[in-house]
Amino acid sequence: MSNRDMALMAHLIRRAGFGATRDELEEYLTKGYETVVEELLHPSDSALRSIPDDVLRRFHQNMGEMRNIDGVACYWMYRMINTRCPLEEKLSLFWHGLFATGNSKLSSPMSLLNQIDTFRRHALGPFATLLIELSKDPAMIMWLDNNDNHKGATNENYGRELLELFSMGIGNYTEQDIKECARAFTGWTVGNAEYNAVRANKDSIWPYSRYAWHFEYRDYDHDDGIKTFLGEQGRFNGEDIIDIIVRQQATAHFICTRLFQYFGADQVDQDGEQVIQEMVNSYFESGYEIRPVLRTLFNSDYFKSEKARFARVKGPVELVIGAMRLAGTYRKPTMNVEQLTKYTGYMGQTIFQPPSVEGWHEGMEWIDSGALVERVNFVGKELSNVKNPGMRQMIDRLASERGGTFSPEELVDRCVDLLGPIPVADDTRASLVEYTARQGVLHLEGHQPGDESEQRVGDLVRLVTATREFQLA
Amino acid sequence: MTSDSRNPALVVIQLTGGNDPLNTFIPYGDGLYYDFRPNIAIPPEEVIPIDDQFGFNPNLRTIKELWDQGKVAIINGIGYPNPNRSHFRSMDIWHTCEPDKVGTEGWLGRAIRDLDPRGENVLTGVNFGRGLPRALGCRGVPVASVGELETYGLFPDIQDELLRRYALEAFGKMYGGAQGRDVVIDFLGQTGNNALKGADILRTAPQKYSSSVEYAQNPIAQNLKNIAQVMFADLGTRIFYTQHGNFDTHSGELKGRGKHAKLWQEVAPAVGDFYADLKEHGREQDTLILIFTEFGRRIKDNGSGSDHGSGGTAFVIGGAVRGGMYGEFPSLKEEDQLIGDLQANNDFRGTYSTILERWLGLEAATVVNGQFEQFELIPKR
Repeated sequence: MSNRDMALMAHLIRRAGFGATRDELEEYLTKGYETVVEELLHPSDSALRSIPDDVLRRFHQNMGEMRNIDGVACYWMYRMINTRCPLEEKLSLFWHGLFATGNSKLSSPMSLLNQIDTFRRHALGPFATLLIELSKDPAMIMWLDNNDNHKGATNENYGRELLELFSMGIGNYTEQDIKECARAFTGWTVGNAEYNAVRANKDSIWPYSRYAWHFEYRDYDHDDGIKTFLGEQGRFNGEDIIDIIVRQQATAHFICTRLFQYFGADQVDQDGEQVIQEMVNSYFESGYEIRPVLRTLFNSDYFKSEKARFARVKGPVELVIGAMRLAGTYRKPTMNVEQLTKYTGYMGQTIFQPPSVEGWHEGMEWIDSGALVERVNFVGKELSNVKNPGMRQMIDRLASERGGTFSPEELVDRCVDLLGPIPVADDTRASLVEYTARQGVLHLEGHQPGDESEQRVGDLVRLVTATREFQLA
Repeated sequence: MTSDSRNPALVVIQLTGGNDPLNTFIPYGDGLYYDFRPNIAIPPEEVIPIDDQFGFNPNLRTIKELWDQGKVAIINGIGYPNPNRSHFRSMDIWHTCEPDKVGTEGWLGRAIRDLDPRGENVLTGVNFGRGLPRALGCRGVPVASVGELETYGLFPDIQDELLRRYALEAFGKMYGGAQGRDVVIDFLGQTGNNALKGADILRTAPQKYSSSVEYAQNPIAQNLKNIAQVMFADLGTRIFYTQHGNFDTHSGELKGRGKHAKLWQEVAPAVGDFYADLKEHGREQDTLILIFTEFGRRIKDNGSGSDHGSGGTAFVIGGAVRGGMYGEFPSLKEEDQLIGDLQANNDFRGTYSTILERWLGLEAATVVNGQFEQFELIPKR
């Protein structure tokens, strides 16, 4: 295997997942790029995807009943760290950002978790199925008021966002289309909707405590009249509307662009437009499925090229999960698990609490001075701790090379390689070398856990994770 | 007016979670208050009256003392049209001044930009707490977010002072190098440098500080102490922000050591101590404190607490304040309610505008997205 292959595999796993340790990357490399892409695209083929549910919930008090939003958010973050199907979680995070649903209005963490399960089940299949399941998802129904969308008294919230934010993008339909769309979704509600609405607003256990939400279709409340939607006419119900939506050129372009920005590059340039067009073609050729679209992206020359490397600012969740995976921590039930969601919050992203239905503003918007300090400190602290399993692996690997002796230049080059590889700029590298050169040549021979020689590696790793380059994926 | 040319400072205290206005500044002379709140009303004998109609919650004693000195403006019935009862959304509206669509710029972020258009001082706005509140967010406007002042900055986990200095030096070089390569890398570089610069300056503040005031050991008291330290160090900070919570008292609001009581037992003395500190350092004429929350709570109690409502109470406190009640106290009568809530009668953007124009000397309309009626609660500077 060449360094080029390693860099490409690391790139794929950073994008299609949350990054991987060197040991994991080597394992991926033995399979080859295309095979790994296929594996990632078929998560259900993996028997054991993550830590078993009962282990997670038994040992984490606040996950027990899935009532507490922080507990539920951590539960999902745990799965992201431990999954063997990283694309499944990464893609679910994408849909959570696109179909952004927030607990603030729902007060029902369990329903949000169920929504993520729905994403897992349908994330890679036909887009129509995903949208239909989304339209039936109780958390979404309550979030965008479809429980208030009645025959003869429509509430357009869901109908509008379905078109604007979830499928076609603004400017590709009329206000009349929104009204007709809303009419088609009348009667799509949750069981006992009236009580749930009150409960969600009050968030108290009175009068009947909490219970699971479920979708309910009320035929008597459905407007069965003729509708004209995007130039087509009929007694459309919600499924028919979605069937029309997924056939639109605008939908294909909107979804493929969003997927490109999430997996490919924050900024779409001319070459990017070309890849998006190829993704759009795959979408139509496959009969509107997501899996072929991602296959086209991951196998494209653009995605594999230098141009796509580090062309995204890591989002807070992505950053933290990636760092924990490198550190090898949170692989077993852990005491301070709440800090995961707290810290991503400090960095500007709390799972299940998007700022609005538009989700998070990504790319450069993730960065402000407060957030950057939090990013650097949290990641640096976790990865400079030489007692963490991931760091132990790295140190053992270093100790086995070159007789455990490294000049400052060699040490910096090995560390940026093993943490990525990250192609740091020359001046960044020079600063790192200068920093570690203060203590001269490193001798790891005879190293003991946590001793001075090991801590030197930890101190350098802290600084590597503080680089501008490390903020990018 | 100030005796010297010191720039006026604004301190914003956010009460997160929806502070219950009716149990904070209490219409104890109105029988309806007791009718609607059989379980959580503050008994009349416990209220600290300002007249035969209104009085403070007993836990706001220190605020009442400032009221007696004429330093407190109480803004009743503050809110906005079509109130939203989601914490997140309502807080967002207060932060961005955009009730109808999702805004991206915070009002104080804009104010900081207007105060320091070229971003010369990275400490014009400082938040005390973790994570940047949306109110302070504005693209390209540097704002420091300080968890603990003593340990604030990069790499607080490095124990060895020398090693930390080396790490900070290296960070400065790594973020300072090679601008012009790439817009994202440049932006990261500038942001990192701002963070570093801000931290360097801020760290000096506690050493310069001395005071006879002893703040309590709770987060709001410590945050206000940090604010005092930074303010007295004269680093050019104009806007200070902090928050305390959680005021979301759906249950257990009053019982025993109720949540609402406990929270105010922390906030009110902290504000009192902070004010005393301001006085000790001759700053009370140059400092304005705004205390707000994202919404009020339902008029009727729910058995042991109160649910999300609208129409709240805000406080503006400072040496320059013309003490008194502003805004009308909303009627509790059933026919005057807004589906069980207090009707707001003044837009929070009016209070913001008052502060922006009269206190900070800025043009308010572009910051708060419109013209709103102002209060005469402070003289124009």
